[in-house]
Amino acid sequence: MSTTPVLALRGICKRFGAVRALTDVELEIHAGEVVALVGDNGAGKSTLVKVITGVGPADEGVIEWNGRPVRIHRPHDAQTLGIAGVYQDLALCESLDVVGNVFLGHEICTAGVLDEVAMERRTRELELMDTLSIRIPSVRVPVASLSAGQRQTVAISRALLSDPKILILDEPTAALGVEQTAHFLDLIERLRERGIGVLLISHNLGDVKAVADQVAVLRLGRNNGFFDVLTTSQEQIVSSITGATDNAITHRKAWAWEAML
Amino acid sequence: MNKSEASDLNTTRAGGGTARAGPAADRRQSAEGEQGFRGYVSEITRKLRSGELGALPGVFSVVVIWTVFQILDHQFLSPRNLSNLSVDIVGTGLIAVGIVFVLLLGEIDLSVGSVSGLSAAVFAVFNVNNGVPEWLAVIAAVLVGAAIGAVQGFFFATIGVPAFVVTLAGLLAWNGLMLHVLGASGTINLRPQGLVYGLTNHYFHNTAAAYGLAALGTVAFFVTSYHDARRRRAAEVLARPLTEIAMRTGAVAVIAFAVAYVLNQFEGLPLALLIFLAVVVGLDFVLRRTKYGRKIFSIGGGVEATRRAGINVAWVRVSVFAVSGTLAALGGLFLASRVASVGQTAGSSILMINSIAAAVIGGVSLFGGRGRPWSALLGMLVIQSIASGMLLLGIQTTVQYMITGGVLLAAVVLDSLSRHSQKSHGRA
Repeated sequence: MSTTPVLALRGICKRFGAVRALTDVELEIHAGEVVALVGDNGAGKSTLVKVITGVGPADEGVIEWNGRPVRIHRPHDAQTLGIAGVYQDLALCESLDVVGNVFLGHEICTAGVLDEVAMERRTRELELMDTLSIRIPSVRVPVASLSAGQRQTVAISRALLSDPKILILDEPTAALGVEQTAHFLDLIERLRERGIGVLLISHNLGDVKAVADQVAVLRLGRNNGFFDVLTTSQEQIVSSITGATDNAITHRKAWAWEAML
Repeated sequence: MNKSEASDLNTTRAGGGTARAGPAADRRQSAEGEQGFRGYVSEITRKLRSGELGALPGVFSVVVIWTVFQILDHQFLSPRNLSNLSVDIVGTGLIAVGIVFVLLLGEIDLSVGSVSGLSAAVFAVFNVNNGVPEWLAVIAAVLVGAAIGAVQGFFFATIGVPAFVVTLAGLLAWNGLMLHVLGASGTINLRPQGLVYGLTNHYFHNTAAAYGLAALGTVAFFVTSYHDARRRRAAEVLARPLTEIAMRTGAVAVIAFAVAYVLNQFEGLPLALLIFLAVVVGLDFVLRRTKYGRKIFSIGGGVEATRRAGINVAWVRVSVFAVSGTLAALGGLFLASRVASVGQTAGSSILMINSIAAAVIGGVSLFGGRGRPWSALLGMLVIQSIASGMLLLGIQTTVQYMITGGVLLAAVVLDSLSRHSQKSHGRA
């Protein structure tokens, strides 16, 4: 794709003490593109998500938004740019009800007072509440009483509320049943049609092959190849994840780096 | 359901929501079908079964305590004793409201007793010893409380020292500072007929005051509930049926006018009670109807979720500890007013224990995210009733401490059990 990516990561590094969680990671997401981020446990996927969403900012590297470098130090920075995330641990508030969770941080107010009626009505009008066919008995039940799939509906509804340009989905289908997963993949298709850039983190290569346009592989905190889903076999991706074949291109890049140093 | 059907539903709903047969419409009806009195009863039984006890144990305790003491001593439910009770709960009650804020975060503030004593001492030294105008001394005392709360909150929220430890250090340090401020004499008597003296000694003798307040409260309750229900019905979301609103308003009216009647039998409406009610109503509004209050509840239910929602968690935490310090200072002034002096025993740790006990007995969860300022009032009523009854019967404070401790333990056990039960019912 020749257009400027909405979000681009250049040379991202992140350390936890002596451990290098991420080393020179590159990533590009264009509008209306679904990029799958895959990798084995401990490859640095969740760390990268935290870098993008401002939960755990990077130590080094540049983040570009529509071609211009930006700083993301806090979750608030990412939100203002238009990055929304649905996290692996879902990050919902147990003590609030569905409406409270969907609108957390974006409450509708009339004259400084919370407008519960407006929020409840808008929650019911949210597309997802119907289309994911995951039944929530009432939007006033506390989130604690919902099942994993239902919680995810709430989490995604919340992410979409702010009209994001980039949506990050961290292991979204892990807690879902077969039918729910199918609905969910439909949803991702629709997000793509709307022009939202989606970063999908998943262990399930079937899901990845079904919806993603590009696949970025992380291995031990480094890029280990970018693939076009249509032209790449699942075996190639797997071997790239496990390191059975080190990707030649990234290898050379790393070489070039070391030569410069 | 396919996409076109879904979007159809959405448009009809947005365009005035004409009734339309569809899976979603059916679902909505079944969810809202159980309304009216029967729905209300089944909702309550469901809540009780799953462990959402709310204010019920507190109300139950008050009824039991009042019955027992009335049988043992017929003076207990006399207008004089009840009127005194209503003033006695205010000082510690205000401190307990601050504790409610902190407990909603899932934290604890052990320093409130010492802060209240120090603030009262600051007021007394400024006003009585140095002749600073009373209003200025009051502002200084309250600011001291707020500043101490903010400092403790800062250590907790940004440096990450556990709140328990920070405020435990505060408990000792502020008590020391209070003794230092009070100086050699140790006790400062307040000026009689002054502003602070009047806080707990002024009564509105005109019977219209108490009845007027009761009427105002009832009308306000009805109007807000009715208005809310009408807006909800107009927006097609679940609304309280009119019969339920009428029943609730009736209950509020009975309690309000009974209290007004009893108070008018003695000296009339106490100023202290009026202020306390105003603070509780005001802060209840802040907690449940403003963005700020929503943030406090959300931190209590999940710090990480709140942080990721882009909310400045540290700021909210600091501000909540400042609120706690402010209310502790206010409470300290009322307590000083009650005994017309500030002495070395002011701000004892029994005060802190009572205020935390009051909040928990009133139904605030120690685990955060559950409770209301009204809990402070209810819990104080339980604790002060025990104290007052024991005093009437001439039982020593030693026994009183033991009983209050027992009640606190019972409340905490109940809180833990209810949380356990809520978990097993998937509600916590």
